[in-house]
Amino acid sequence: MATPTDGELFAIHPMDQFAVESLSGHGGPAGLAGIGMFTNQMLWLAITVLAIAALFVLGSRGRAMVPSRIQSVGELMYGFIYKMVEDVAGRDAIRFFPCIMTLFTFILFANLLALIPTSFSITSHIAVTGVLAMLVFLGVTVLGFILNGAKFLKLFWADEAPLALRPVLAVIELISYFVRPVSHSIRLGANLMAGHAVLKVFAGFAGGLAVLTYGPGAIVPIVAISAMYGLELLVAVVQAYVFTILTCVYLKDALHPGH
Amino acid sequence: MATLTTEGAAHGADVSHEASGMPQLAIETFPSQIFWLLVALVAIYFLLSRVALPRIGATIEERQDAISNDIERAADYRRQAEAAEAAYDQALADARAEAGRIADKTRADIQGEIDAAMAKADEQISAQTAESETRIAAIRDEATVAVQSVAKDTAQALVAALTPDLADDAAIDAAVEARTNA
Repeated sequence: MATPTDGELFAIHPMDQFAVESLSGHGGPAGLAGIGMFTNQMLWLAITVLAIAALFVLGSRGRAMVPSRIQSVGELMYGFIYKMVEDVAGRDAIRFFPCIMTLFTFILFANLLALIPTSFSITSHIAVTGVLAMLVFLGVTVLGFILNGAKFLKLFWADEAPLALRPVLAVIELISYFVRPVSHSIRLGANLMAGHAVLKVFAGFAGGLAVLTYGPGAIVPIVAISAMYGLELLVAVVQAYVFTILTCVYLKDALHPGH
Repeated sequence: MATLTTEGAAHGADVSHEASGMPQLAIETFPSQIFWLLVALVAIYFLLSRVALPRIGATIEERQDAISNDIERAADYRRQAEAAEAAYDQALADARAEAGRIADKTRADIQGEIDAAMAKADEQISAQTAESETRIAAIRDEATVAVQSVAKDTAQALVAALTPDLADDAAIDAAVEARTNA
């Protein structure tokens, strides 16, 4: 290979990693006809499901009084989310605990599995986080109307505010209510996407600098990648936690619309 | 941007993604993504709600029960130990009281025996004393009688020697008796 130009050395494509592609060659699924295509996203969805099954189904198989390590990790997560639902959304929200647990485990495992190099980041896709947020939004809204009927609208009517301000506040509350799924989904997707893109950029620098300096120049970006990786681990867990706790907050609004 | 297009051309089929810049916005992949996402979510939901969560919940509950059972059992044992200790204390106090009672009784018995012995001894002593006194009295009477007879004889001899005409034995005896008995 001829000496590469700087332009070729640093031809970093941080967004390529997010492309949804067929595993059996190039090209992504197109429209409804693409559903049958086996994509990298499907592979990592399957791995996510299997990892969750391994932790929660296989791990709890022993039902041991003194839990094994895997069993105790599963029980810790169970207890953590159970307590979160109970504390944030109230005791009567416990019946939605399996739904919340599904959301939390899916996001957490997808986030963490995405940190395996060359894997695919499911939760960096707005299509995925958008569906998750819309499921929460629609579920909570429908539930609110079913449980409370028209009283659910009191959520937007601040009784304690001065009468003249109440219509204004109602408009603001209404807007903020409909912005919820947008912020809910973009917070998660953008965090994941940005983190992975930055990692990829640093990795590109590492490769380019290694060629330019015959090795040692790559040290700085590699240190930066290590630091970013630590941060991304934190982000992966924190974003799963934030998504879940916000879901609990929204659920509380549906169950108890009064302020 | 120049590098982007060369790379994009090299990848060929990725041109559509490259053109938008963000694969996240490639709308044509959404049906596949959303469909399989929902399949995965339903799978996770059933795995968790049907199998894993009830099992984990039951395990945790069993453990809580076992722990509270153990604590209760420990409290039971503690109560039993306390009862046993109380019984032991009671038995000890009873034994002490019994021992005290026996000691008192024995002491009283011994005292009674001592008293009886003392009484008997006193009786003997007083009997002996009484006997001695009678004997002393008898000896004194004999002595008195002897003294009187000696005194009478002496007085009669003295009177007969000094004044033979006035000798009156009866009067002398009465006078001696009156003096010696005084």
